[in-house]
Amino acid sequence: MEASRADPLSGVDRTRQRTRWRRGLLFQEAVEGYLMVLPWLLGFLVFTAGPMLASAVLAFTSYDILTPAKFVGLANLSLMLRDPLFLKSLGNTAYYTFIGVPLHVTVALLAALLLNLRRPGINFYRTAYYMPSITPAVANALLWLWIFNPDFGLANIVLGAFHLPPQKWLWSVREATPSFILMSLWGLGSQMVVFLAGLQNVPQQLHEAAQMDGAGVLARFRFVTLPMLSPIILFNLVLAVIGSFQVFTVAFIATNGGPENATLYYVLYLYENGFSFFKMGYASALAWVLFVIILIFTLIQFKLSRHWVYYEGEIRQGSGEG
Amino acid sequence: MRRSQGTNRPGRKPNRLQSILIAAVLQVTLTIGAIALLMPLFWLLSTSLKETGKEWIMPPQWIPNPPVWSNYTQALTSVPFDLFFRNTILIAVLATLGTLWTSTMAGFAFSRLRFPGRDVLFALVLATMLLPSVVTLIPTFLLFKTLGWLDTFLPLIVPYWFGGTAFSIFLSRQFFLGIPYEIDEAARVDGASSFRIYTTMMLPVSLPLLAALTIFSILHHWNDFMAPLIYLNRDEMKTLALGLRLFQGDFGAQYNLMMAAAAVTVIPVIVLFFAAQRFFVRGIVTTGLAGR
Repeated sequence: MEASRADPLSGVDRTRQRTRWRRGLLFQEAVEGYLMVLPWLLGFLVFTAGPMLASAVLAFTSYDILTPAKFVGLANLSLMLRDPLFLKSLGNTAYYTFIGVPLHVTVALLAALLLNLRRPGINFYRTAYYMPSITPAVANALLWLWIFNPDFGLANIVLGAFHLPPQKWLWSVREATPSFILMSLWGLGSQMVVFLAGLQNVPQQLHEAAQMDGAGVLARFRFVTLPMLSPIILFNLVLAVIGSFQVFTVAFIATNGGPENATLYYVLYLYENGFSFFKMGYASALAWVLFVIILIFTLIQFKLSRHWVYYEGEIRQGSGEG
Repeated sequence: MRRSQGTNRPGRKPNRLQSILIAAVLQVTLTIGAIALLMPLFWLLSTSLKETGKEWIMPPQWIPNPPVWSNYTQALTSVPFDLFFRNTILIAVLATLGTLWTSTMAGFAFSRLRFPGRDVLFALVLATMLLPSVVTLIPTFLLFKTLGWLDTFLPLIVPYWFGGTAFSIFLSRQFFLGIPYEIDEAARVDGASSFRIYTTMMLPVSLPLLAALTIFSILHHWNDFMAPLIYLNRDEMKTLALGLRLFQGDFGAQYNLMMAAAAVTVIPVIVLFFAAQRFFVRGIVTTGLAGR
């Protein structure tokens, strides 16, 4: 930084000097900023952007690792359309997602509402509801394999206690995916905690104002709680759909796609193609198809969200509210 | 109580009896839910202590008598669980350190530094949060294969030294946004560089963030299955998740041993949760949004 020999009492030179000094500082800050995000940026290029491009290219090849990749154009796509397992796995996954996610989000929200009550011992309940969601997926899969055991498992024992007939659960083509959905509901804790945080961020004054206008509990839920919570509901929905479309571990461990491919979910099928059959080209094509499908549904959700999500402080056209 | 003029809303305060009834219903629902959610865990423990052959008894014995603790020793020794523990902890710790450093640094920069393209880059970070990981799975595998890193811990650790996860960057940024800017300005007047501010701010103020990030990261690596599955081959390299599956291969039908093995992977997580519970909740709340 140059030291100006200008007369300190000269205002103009002083300003120029200060500007140069400030500009130097800003430059330094920018450089430091880039340095600090550099690890992430490098990681993004090498582990995200690069692989994405690579898998897009691979999708047009046939590659089994042992021999070099062979360009095959759209052959993988046409293979997919004629592949019954492709459609089956997609259908299974859609079933799991479009039934499971709304159910999961609803139940998690209800649980959060319950747990938001200020009652003695509520912390114990919060712990109890949250704990199952942090257990390892493999352990969960094995545990529920045992719980769903048709002869000696907990599930049928509980049914029996209510005089209900025993079910075949994971061993029935019809009941397998619903069983997995039930199992996923057990882990509602992680979404619930997000909702809980959101609920506690709803300003008390809003509730009080509504109460003074005569709003009962249900009305308050509909006109205060839900709107204030809607961004978080959207957040949970979007992430849940993305995650649910990629269900893998539980199916891999518990059923390995059975019975009769009823639980052959998309990523499981992809894994088999890539790592059991070494059809890396085909698996990459499968991956990109899933990516596009998920992208479409994510965009749809965002598009629809404009009709029901309320953002605090959002400036809408013609709205004079503060 | 003041009411708005001319309101015709039907809301009225419930009378005393209704309040008690509602409270009772809520309490019962709460308790039923808790029982339903905890029952599988009790079932896990209960089965794990049963004598081989006894788990098939109907009606089921909830508290096995006598509890067969040797199931645990048998489970722990039939496959090298000590190795699996060591591997899992090693991976979790090293990856978490990487996450802590790089994601807080990036979050700090995104929240408090000015540089061109900052918001675009952060939007990119957010976009990666919504990215299905399956689309990078195969090329990343091939990349590590080319590097010769297959069957080592490197693929499971190194990526986390390059930004951690998008979620941790997001959390970090949210957290740092909540700290008043005056601190930075004061430090800059004293001639401190951004790195200096980052390190001196990190220590005293960021503990809730660091705690939350650590917990989420350790949980993630402890529970991770797919990545170890595709990168680790030799038995001695396997993590707990893989080891459990190995156990399933040998002892699939012996549910008491299976539950004991599963319990071995679950109990440390629960212990961690209880020990760090305050940080869990505080971390989620302080960082302004929340855990996955």
